[in-house]
Amino acid sequence: MTRDHLLEARHVTLAYGDRTVVEDLDLDVAPGRITAIVGPNGCGKSTLLRALARLLAPTGGQVLLDGEPLASRPTKQVARVLGLLPQSPVAPEGITVADLVGRGRHPHQRLLARWNEHDYAAVAAALEATEIADLAERSVDELSGGQRQRVWIAMALAQQTDILLLDEPTTFLDIAHQIEVLDLLAELGRERGTTIVMVLHDLGLAARYADELVAMRDGRIVASGAPGDILTPELVEEVFGIRSLVMPDPVAGRPLIIPIGRHHAR
Amino acid sequence: MTTAPTAERLQVARRRRVRRRGTRIAALFALLVALFATSLMVGNTLYGPDEVLRVLFGGQVPGASFTVGELRLPRACLAVLAGAAFGIAGSTFQTMLRNPLASPDIIGITWGASAAAVVSIVVLGLGQDAVSLAALAGALLTALAVYLLAYRRGFSGARLVLIGIGVAAMLQSVVAWVLSRASEWDLPAAMQWLAGSLNGASWERVGPLALAVLAIGPLVLALGRDLGTLRLGDDAAAALGVRVPAVRLVLILGAVTLLAAATAAAGPVAFVAFMAGPIATRLVGPSGSPLLPAALVGALLVLGGDLLGQFAFDSRYPVGVVTGALGAPFLIYLLARSTRHGGLT
Repeated sequence: MTRDHLLEARHVTLAYGDRTVVEDLDLDVAPGRITAIVGPNGCGKSTLLRALARLLAPTGGQVLLDGEPLASRPTKQVARVLGLLPQSPVAPEGITVADLVGRGRHPHQRLLARWNEHDYAAVAAALEATEIADLAERSVDELSGGQRQRVWIAMALAQQTDILLLDEPTTFLDIAHQIEVLDLLAELGRERGTTIVMVLHDLGLAARYADELVAMRDGRIVASGAPGDILTPELVEEVFGIRSLVMPDPVAGRPLIIPIGRHHAR
Repeated sequence: MTTAPTAERLQVARRRRVRRRGTRIAALFALLVALFATSLMVGNTLYGPDEVLRVLFGGQVPGASFTVGELRLPRACLAVLAGAAFGIAGSTFQTMLRNPLASPDIIGITWGASAAAVVSIVVLGLGQDAVSLAALAGALLTALAVYLLAYRRGFSGARLVLIGIGVAAMLQSVVAWVLSRASEWDLPAAMQWLAGSLNGASWERVGPLALAVLAIGPLVLALGRDLGTLRLGDDAAAALGVRVPAVRLVLILGAVTLLAAATAAAGPVAFVAFMAGPIATRLVGPSGSPLLPAALVGALLVLGGDLLGQFAFDSRYPVGVVTGALGAPFLIYLLARSTRHGGLT
């Protein structure tokens, strides 16, 4: 069992230089649930995730972890509670899978300290959960895109944080690997009570896997809540600017969005 | 489901990797000691190990006391310290910027030292110590300029390399211009300095460099683990609890100071900073921090290059000529390989 930590954004304003991307935004991340942030390109969803992960300091407002401003806590201490899989991490040339996944132990280790049994157990569990234990001694360069993405997720798992943020974890993956990754995250949420926040490109997959949906447009949250409650043709039009049909999908009963393009409109 | 067998397998594999790395580092160290001993014994007069040892322990040996104690020993110490400093500095930059081309001799920092030194020899007519100080200042200022020019809302290795290459080209033209106007008695001194040479080695030159290496070397080496995590990208490293801006600042300042101190003492020994890291990684393997192996390889390159330059050919060449002859093909090799991988980063 993991202890639930609270992650909140309070009146957060985010900017790159003098370009404001997100203004006065409030968000309570639902503990122990899967939250998906969706929205069109440039709506500020990745920027918001970076702020939640303390990679971007707000120009106004605060991100709070358990009621305390993120910025005021030692970054290594935060890294034991809050993990992030960035959009495009870099695998050093020639590094093995086990070595890369082992980097997830960084916040738990001290200078010059040797690996202890917790480190080995955490890495082993992460490799097993992502089903890449057989690849442990292979070089990351040799792996396929899907395998590589699982290696990165394994690294984030080895960090053993109660909150896990992921920036587009399914990009560059084919449909089978997308489902595989999202199933893995769903299990993680269910079995360990890990709080998961992910930015997703695909509205359909977000509706299928998220407990909570946060829909953003132009740097603000248009709607948030359970996908079944908030996903309507009106919301899809407001957020993405397209007409659509929304109906329950025959498999999971979650909302299924059918976009209506100009080509098919009558 | 139990993960114990996997954990055990990981432990065995990791222990084996750590042991293999340790063995290879020890082998590099042994090679360096052997080469160091050789450089003390070999020269116009050959001295045996017994005579060299007696000199090292303070005994008086006619002839050897001066030749070994005052000529060969400072020269060998200078070679080892400068090589280690070049190796650590180069490897720090290459690892931090995730680009083997981002070494200080490619991105202009070494040329900053050279331009300052040549100006102070030819234009200002300064003495040896002042030239060393000018080289130090030149390297630091160039590093600052490249950093500021390359910093745009964040930090990109590829941009820094390109700007650095531009700055290097500018400084090279400064050097060429100053040399073209140099009087004939300043020219040899300037050329000698530019080639990177251990000929002027003396204890007075070894002292400041030893201080820099002993004070800053351990600091940079201690950040090796953070540096290794930085290789995953700034965002991933920050998420893993690395204080990215602070670590990067300390690493840059440390590496530039080491490089500048070594350049001030031995001149810009060509391509050592650039070659040491990649060679060390090839020899020791990609896991673990590359800095200590790079220091050893750098020391081996300068010490070995100096021995070759002095005794392998009909006439004597400064060490920079030997390392330059090795480094240029290596640069082409790395460039060819990096374009095959699809880009510089």
